[in-house]
Amino acid sequence: MNRMRLIPAALAAAIASAGSAQAADLTLCWAAWDPANALVELSKDFEAQSGIKMNFEFVPWPNFADRMLNELNSGGQLCDLMIGDSQWIGGAAENGWYVMLNDFFDKEGISMNAFVPATVTGYSEWPKNTPNYWSLPAFGDVVGWTYRKDWFERPEIQAAFKEKYGRDLTPPATFAELKDVAEFFQGREIDGKTVYGASIYTERGSEGITMGAMDVLYSYGFKYDNPEKPYDMEGFVNSDGAVAGLEFYKSLYDCCVAPGTSNTYMGEGIDAYKSGQVALHMNFAFTWPGFEVDPNVGGGKTGYLVNPAGPNGEKFAQLGGQGISVVANTDNMDGALAYIKWFAQKDVQDKWWSMGGFSCLRAVVEDPNFAKSQPYAQTFLDSMAIVKDFWAEPSYATLLQASQQRFHDYVVAGNGSAKEALDGLIADWTETFQDEGKL
Amino acid sequence: MSAHSVTAASRKAKWVAGILVVLYAVLTLLPLLWIISTSFKSGPDSISYPPKVFFQPTLEGYVNLFTTQARASAEDLATLTPPEAWYDEIAWADGMIIVGPSRFGQRFLNSVIIGFGSTFLSIVLGTLSAYAFSRFRVPLRDDLLFFILSTRMMPPIVVAIPIFLMFRSLGLSDTHAGMILLYTAVNLSLAVWLLKGFIDEIPRDYEEAALIDGYTRFQAFVKVVLPQAATGIASTAIFCLIFAWNEYAFAVLLTSGNAQTAPPFIPTILSVGGGIDWPAVAAAATLFLLPVVVFTILLRKHLLRGITFGAVRR
Amino acid sequence: MTDTPADRIARATPPAIARRVRGLPDRVIAWIFVAPTIFLLLAVNIFPLIWTIRLSFTNFAANKPNAEVKWVGIRNYTRILTDADTWANMQTTAHFLIWTIFFQVLIGFALAWLINRKFKGNDLVTTLIVIPMMLSPAVVGNFWTFLYQPQIGVVNYVVEFLTGIPADSFSMLGPGGWARWSIVIVDTWMWTPFVMLICLAGLRSIPDYIYEAAEVDRASKWRQFWTITVPMALPFLMLAVLFRGIENFRMFDLVVLLTGGGPGDETLLASIDLKREAFEKWRTGYSSAYAIILFVTVFGLASIYVKALNRVKQR
Repeated sequence: MNRMRLIPAALAAAIASAGSAQAADLTLCWAAWDPANALVELSKDFEAQSGIKMNFEFVPWPNFADRMLNELNSGGQLCDLMIGDSQWIGGAAENGWYVMLNDFFDKEGISMNAFVPATVTGYSEWPKNTPNYWSLPAFGDVVGWTYRKDWFERPEIQAAFKEKYGRDLTPPATFAELKDVAEFFQGREIDGKTVYGASIYTERGSEGITMGAMDVLYSYGFKYDNPEKPYDMEGFVNSDGAVAGLEFYKSLYDCCVAPGTSNTYMGEGIDAYKSGQVALHMNFAFTWPGFEVDPNVGGGKTGYLVNPAGPNGEKFAQLGGQGISVVANTDNMDGALAYIKWFAQKDVQDKWWSMGGFSCLRAVVEDPNFAKSQPYAQTFLDSMAIVKDFWAEPSYATLLQASQQRFHDYVVAGNGSAKEALDGLIADWTETFQDEGKL
Repeated sequence: MSAHSVTAASRKAKWVAGILVVLYAVLTLLPLLWIISTSFKSGPDSISYPPKVFFQPTLEGYVNLFTTQARASAEDLATLTPPEAWYDEIAWADGMIIVGPSRFGQRFLNSVIIGFGSTFLSIVLGTLSAYAFSRFRVPLRDDLLFFILSTRMMPPIVVAIPIFLMFRSLGLSDTHAGMILLYTAVNLSLAVWLLKGFIDEIPRDYEEAALIDGYTRFQAFVKVVLPQAATGIASTAIFCLIFAWNEYAFAVLLTSGNAQTAPPFIPTILSVGGGIDWPAVAAAATLFLLPVVVFTILLRKHLLRGITFGAVRR
Repeated sequence: MTDTPADRIARATPPAIARRVRGLPDRVIAWIFVAPTIFLLLAVNIFPLIWTIRLSFTNFAANKPNAEVKWVGIRNYTRILTDADTWANMQTTAHFLIWTIFFQVLIGFALAWLINRKFKGNDLVTTLIVIPMMLSPAVVGNFWTFLYQPQIGVVNYVVEFLTGIPADSFSMLGPGGWARWSIVIVDTWMWTPFVMLICLAGLRSIPDYIYEAAEVDRASKWRQFWTITVPMALPFLMLAVLFRGIENFRMFDLVVLLTGGGPGDETLLASIDLKREAFEKWRTGYSSAYAIILFVTVFGLASIYVKALNRVKQR
C-alpha cells in the first residue's frame, strides 16, 4: 500500500510550483467572523513595516474545518499562516502540518510564560502539558454568560423574585441559582412581550450542544479520563456528578429556553439575546463586544457572568479560541515567522485588545487598567482562569460527532436517560480510541 | 390553432384555473417577499421579536453588503470630518466607518463568469450529443445515455476529494476554467437528457428535406434543427444556469480567493457587532437572484412557446 | 421525392466525391458530436469513481497521510451494512424522497395542467412561480431556518393567524415529529416549479388534433384526461421524477442548514451521514465504501426506472 501514499505526495511535488500567492506575500487563513475583520485592520501595520503583502482567506464557521483540514491534508499551499481551531492541534502536530515553534521562540526570546497559561495549554501544546509548542496563542475565548442587567435592576421584578424565592435577585453564582433565575423569567411579561429564561447551546450539526453541555458538566465533576490512566473513561465520563450535570442541562433545556431553540449555537444565541427574548444567555466571549454597542442591549443593559459553580463549588468553563501557527508547507517561512514575531509584541497585542481581539498576552490582560477597559474585561479574565477543553486528539472530530449525537438525542429529542447517553458515549469513544490504537 | 378550437378551455375554466394558480403564486412568493423585505430592515428590526411586518426601510443591509467597515469610537468619530456620501452616512449612524469595498462584488463577478460560462458550454456539448443520440445510430446508445445520467448519481461530497487532488495536479484548482468544466460535467447529464427529449419531438422531415436540398448534415443541424429546438435549449439553459449559479458544496471545497462564487459567501455575512447580518444576507440573496430571474424572463418566450411547438408538429 | 440539383449531382458523381459534397458521413458526425461530452464526463467522473472504489477497500484516512494504509477487504462494507444506524438513515432518506416527490408531482402537475388552460397572463404567473428554485440551497436553508424560528420567524405567526394554535407552542424544526415534515415542505416549496415546468413542456407537446379526434368520438373530458393527457405527458413527468429523485438522494446542504440532522437523528439523511464520515470524521476509506453503496443503490433503482421510462416512451 505504499504506492497509494505516494499519490498525494507525487501530486504535491508536481504542483509545488503552482502556489497561489507570490513568494513575498503571506496568506493567513482563519474563520470568517468578527475578530477576523479586526485582524485585517491590525495587520495593516505589519504590511507597512515589513513590506510584505497580507492576503486573507476566511472560511465560514460551518465549513471552516472541512475546508481547512482538506487543505492541510492534501498538502495545499494556500495558507502560510493558520489560525486553526484548538482541537486541531493534535492532528496538526502528529501529521506535520504545522511547524514546531520551540526553536523560533527560543531564538526570538518569546516566552510562553508571557501568555495566559490556559491558552498555552489549550492552543499551543501537543502532547498536552509538555513544552512542545505548535502555535502562539492568538485569540482567547471562553464560554460565559450575559444577562439583562436592566431587567435585573427593575424594582417590580426584584420584588417578585424575592417573594417567590425568598432572596434577592442577583446574578447567579451557582447553576442551581441560575436555573431559579431562568425559571423565574420564563414566560414572564416584560414590556408587553413574553420573555424566556435562558438561551443555551443545542446545535446538532457541528459542535454546539457539546460545547454547551460540557460547559456545565465540568463543574459537576465530569472528567474526560482518569488522570492516572489516560483514556480510562469508565467512572469519569459517566460519574454520578457527570450524570447529574447532563440531567441538569436537560432540565434547563426543558424548563427555561424559548420554544423551538432546538438547534441553537453562537449565531442563534446572539439573535435571541439581542432581540430581547431571554434574560440569560450562554455564549463565547467573542460575542460580548458586539452587545456593548448594540442599540437594544448595549449601553449598560448587559451584565457579564463567569460560568457559575456546580453543586460542589467546582467551577470550570469551556475553552474556545485559537492559536496562530505556521503551515509546514509554506513557501515563505521567514515571512510567516516574522508575522508571528510582530504579532507577539506588547503594543500590537494592546491594539489587538482595543479592536475587539481577545489578547492572550499576560502583559495585556494583567495590566491594572485592563479590568476597567471594558465592562466584560474582568469576566473574561476570570473565565480564562478556569477553562477546560474538549479532546484535542487527532481523532477529535470523530469523538465530537459521538457526543453531538448522544447529547442531542438525550437533551433535545428526549430519548433515554443521562446515564445511558454517557455510557453510550464511553462506548463510542472507546471504539474510536481502539481504532486509533490508543487503547 | 384557431380561437374556436374545440380544445381551448372555456372562459369559466380559464378563470378558475387562473385564480388557483395565482393563489399558489402568492403563497409561494410570501417567503421570498419576506427575504426581500428583510433586506430593507435595520439590524435590530430584522431579528425583532415578534417579527415586524411594517418597519422603517433602510439601505443599511445593502451598504453593509458592499463594504467593509470598522467600528469607530465616539472620540474617533469626533475627529473625523462628517461623511458626505449617503452610504458613509448610513455607516456613520451606526458608529462605523467604511474602510473599503467588501468581497461581494468579486464573488458576484466570479458567479457570472462561471455560471454563464458553464451554461454555455453545457448547452453546446449537450445539444451536439443530444442530436447525435436522437438522430444517429450510435453504438451502445442506451448504455451511453445511462452512463451520462449515472454521472449525476455520485454523492458530490465524496468525489470532492479526488477532484480536489486532480484539479491541483492539472493547475485547475481555484480557477474559473476548472469550475466551468466541473459544473459543465455535472450539468451535462441533465442537458443531454432534456435536450434529447426535445429533439426527439422535432419531425425529421424538415431536416431530410434540407439534406435533399443540398445542405450538409451540419448545415441542416444548424439551420433547421437548432431553431426548432430553441424552446428546449432555452429551458435547458435555465436549468443549467440555476444549478451552476447556486452550487455550494464544490464551491466551498474547491475554491478560495480567486474563483470562489457567491453562494458560500452569502449565508455567512456577519455584522460587525457579531452574529449574522440578516439584512445584508437578505440583500445579497435578493441581488443574487436578479440575474437568474432576468435571464429567465428574457428566455420566457421560448420557455413557454409550446403552443407553436405543437403547431409545428401538427 | 423532390429532385434537387444537389441530388442530381450526387447521383452523377462517384460515392467518395458525393460524400464530400454532402459533408462528413453521419457516423463520423455522430462521434464528433458525442465525443466531447463523453470525454469530459470520463475525465471528471471516472477518475474519482475508480479512486473511491479503490479506497473503499482500505482504512485510509485523509487527515492522516503518514499513517500506514492497509487493505481491509470488504470490512468497510460489512460494517456499514450491518450497522443499524445506516438502515435508520436510509429510512429517513426514503421518507424524504417519497414525500418530496409525491408532493412535487401532485402540485407540479396540477399547476402545469391549470396553466395549460392558457388563461390571460399565464406566462407572467409561470415566471413568478418558478422563482423559488432559482435561489441557492445555501440561502434557502438559512432563510427557512430563520422563518421557522418560533419567536423571530414568521411561519409560526402565520400558523397562529390561520389556525389559532399559539405561535410559541410548537417548533417546526424541533422535537415533536415536525422536523422531517418541515424539510419536506422546504424542498417542495423550492422544487415544485421544476416538476411543473417539465410537465408543462409535456402538456404543450400534445397536439391538439388528438383532442379534436377524441371530441369527435364524444369522449368525456374526464376520459380524455386519463387516456390522452396523462399518458402523453407521462414520459416528461417520469423524467422530472427521475431527476428529482437522484438529486434528493444525494442532497445534503439544505437539510444540514435547516436541522443539522436533528433533533437527535430524526432528519439525518444518509447523505448527511456520509458527509460527516468523509469530512468531519475523515474516515476516507469507510466513507468511500458508504458512497459506493449509495451510488450502487441509486444506480440500481435508476436503471430499473429508466427501463420503465423507455417502455412508456415507446408506447
